Amino acid sequence: MFESFSTRIQGALQSLRGEVRLTPDHIEAALREIRLALLEADVNFKVVSAFIDRVRDRAMDQAVLKSLSPAQQVTKVVRDELLALFGDAEGGLRKDAPTPRVILLLGLQGSGKTTTSGKLGKWLTRQGRHPLMVSTDVRRPAAIEQLAVLGTKADIRVYSPETMDPVARAAGALAEAKAKGFDTVIVDTAGRLHIDDDLMNELQAIKDAVRPTDLLYVADAMTGNDAIKSAGEFNRRIGVTGVVLTKLDGDARGGAALSVVSVVGVPIAFVGSGERLEDLELFHPDRIVSRLLGMGDVLSLIEKAEQAIDQNDAEELEERLRKNQFTLDDFRNQLKTLKRMGPLESVLGMIPGLGNMKQLAENKPDEKQMGRIEAIISSMTAGERRDHTVINGSRRKRIAKGSGTTVEDVNRLLKQFTEMRRVLQMIGQGARPAAAVKGMRQPAMPQGGFAMPGKKRKKGGPWGLIKTR
Amino acid sequence: MGFLDRLREGLSRTKQQIVERFEQIVREADAPERRTTEINPDTVEALEELLLSADVGVPATERIVTAVRARARAGQGLRDLVKQEILSIFESVEPVPQPTARPHVVLIVGVNGTGKTTTVGKLANALKASGKDPLVCAADTFRAAAVEQLAVWAERAHVDLVRAKEGSDPASVVFDAIQVGKARGRDPILIDTAGRLHTRVNLMSELDKIRRVAARAAEGAPHEVLLVLDATVGQNGLTQAREFTSVAGVTGIVLTKLDGTAKGGVAVAIAHDLKVPIRYVGVGEGIDDLIPFSARDYVDALFQASW
Repeated sequence: MFESFSTRIQGALQSLRGEVRLTPDHIEAALREIRLALLEADVNFKVVSAFIDRVRDRAMDQAVLKSLSPAQQVTKVVRDELLALFGDAEGGLRKDAPTPRVILLLGLQGSGKTTTSGKLGKWLTRQGRHPLMVSTDVRRPAAIEQLAVLGTKADIRVYSPETMDPVARAAGALAEAKAKGFDTVIVDTAGRLHIDDDLMNELQAIKDAVRPTDLLYVADAMTGNDAIKSAGEFNRRIGVTGVVLTKLDGDARGGAALSVVSVVGVPIAFVGSGERLEDLELFHPDRIVSRLLGMGDVLSLIEKAEQAIDQNDAEELEERLRKNQFTLDDFRNQLKTLKRMGPLESVLGMIPGLGNMKQLAENKPDEKQMGRIEAIISSMTAGERRDHTVINGSRRKRIAKGSGTTVEDVNRLLKQFTEMRRVLQMIGQGARPAAAVKGMRQPAMPQGGFAMPGKKRKKGGPWGLIKTR
Repeated sequence: MGFLDRLREGLSRTKQQIVERFEQIVREADAPERRTTEINPDTVEALEELLLSADVGVPATERIVTAVRARARAGQGLRDLVKQEILSIFESVEPVPQPTARPHVVLIVGVNGTGKTTTVGKLANALKASGKDPLVCAADTFRAAAVEQLAVWAERAHVDLVRAKEGSDPASVVFDAIQVGKARGRDPILIDTAGRLHTRVNLMSELDKIRRVAARAAEGAPHEVLLVLDATVGQNGLTQAREFTSVAGVTGIVLTKLDGTAKGGVAVAIAHDLKVPIRYVGVGEGIDDLIPFSARDYVDALFQASW
């Protein structure tokens, strides 16, 4: 997310890095680039001008120019000011709410309200809550059905009364939640234009009927300058407590949403980052800014990993590693865990130094290749997976045939697996992995770290198996 | 008062201010005694701000501003100069010749939530009303209830629908639909596809597959590929148009949701940068609210003081 935007800003700041002493001219040149990057990212013209003026004022300060590391100082100024634009508040729902908590989703047509309802329900379930969903969209054909399908997929109860009166549907859901003991009610609403008086009145009536704690304005990350106008109008007429920024898995730069935060004054609560129901994350302004500036986002990465990894499995695996019992079965499970973390590209983008998508685009891990590895392992017998040493020439031929690959592919996999086992064994015995594999840099292992052996490794380990295209 | 508060206050009336300021600057710049003098920097900045705020984008804005600056202003008002320049951007786009093959197969593509299904419904209705006998094909087998949504539209428009189960292969549905269309003598055939972000390689190659399969079912199909863009989209619309054109061979744009306050200025950017014509605009939720695009009307609307 925000990739091309961050490339430009990083480029502008990098141009400063080579300079021993910064002159106002250097800074002006960098600011021009940043201004263009912001404008092309749909950040409002006025917001951009104010932002650039602030950065210029602070960066041109003699103390900055004469400091030992002027480029870093300027980067810090840009970081601070970006943070101010994104709003200092952490994302999420409001802290205090009565039970059941009512969450109302509102916004323009096609911004992703219904999908967000499902994702939010899933997110709440992960937090140990028991949500009930209801659709009040009686206008868009099949909208009610869409939410019902999402409810089934996410295993979340959807309240679906006979009545086609939006207010009655919402109120009914609240009563149902109280009666049946659900602690959260998610009310999906029909998409509407902020200038449609009838529909805005209907929204007000729904709000009055269920008195929501959280009014989340769902905004498409790809929106342009109109975002300020529509979000502002929703906020003025109905009240908005947070923004959910959707479709951030594309290449949208989300600049307009940024303007919404600074102009309308509503924080971003969640971001939607993929098509799966799990793809909704809390918004962390500091992390986004770090990613914009190419400083990586290790915290989000760890969270993703924790979500995907079963703690018990990880401990069991650790035990087996110590005893040098790591098998192809375990390896396949690791691949599956990686997959659960979402598209590899988005995972890689969070790693410091890898944020620059230009380089990543040429060096993409091939997810097809991962599938091939899985296929090879799946074509083995249970016995072979438990003990890879029994795999002889004719077995290799059979495995290659079964998985639609070649014997060379099978050989490569086995060779690399053996190498990986050797390394893992050393880690298991407490040796520093850096000593085990030459030239391998080892980042701090996240919790259950063995479940993702050596994420930054160039050779050896699962990444070595995945050819880059 | 903090910096953000001031900013917020300043921006709450931005649109109003932009138009008012522009009006004022136009008045001043167009005063008879100044007609032949150079346009001053304030005017240029106001113009830039106006265009950027309408999502026209940096390159197109630069072209317009440069052109307005350079043009001799012999007796011509600033407003007309700007309008003329935008109009000429639209006019520089060659209309795509319409193939005469029958049945005429139209593929509707776009990112999620721009209004593809609704557009197919409206288009089917308009075609039916003009005496044609269209067939619609629900090839969005991914989004929950997308097929049902199109089924409702098909019923409203009184046209046949070819549908498949959720989760089945969209290309095979397209193939079936074209066969059915040929057998029943339906023409044109409108194909609704699943929304997909242009960055998703797999989904984009699925679109390529749909094209190839369509070509097998009918010669030269798809004869038309319409990209549906939400008028509220910002500069990402340009990227969308570029990517969809390179993968799916977009022949025209449908600009939806123009009934809001968004003016879809990205259409100017697309015409300027990519030379893809705008074919239709969606102006409301009713079944009749899809109209052919007129550059002149659009440019007039862009400069209406009411936005």
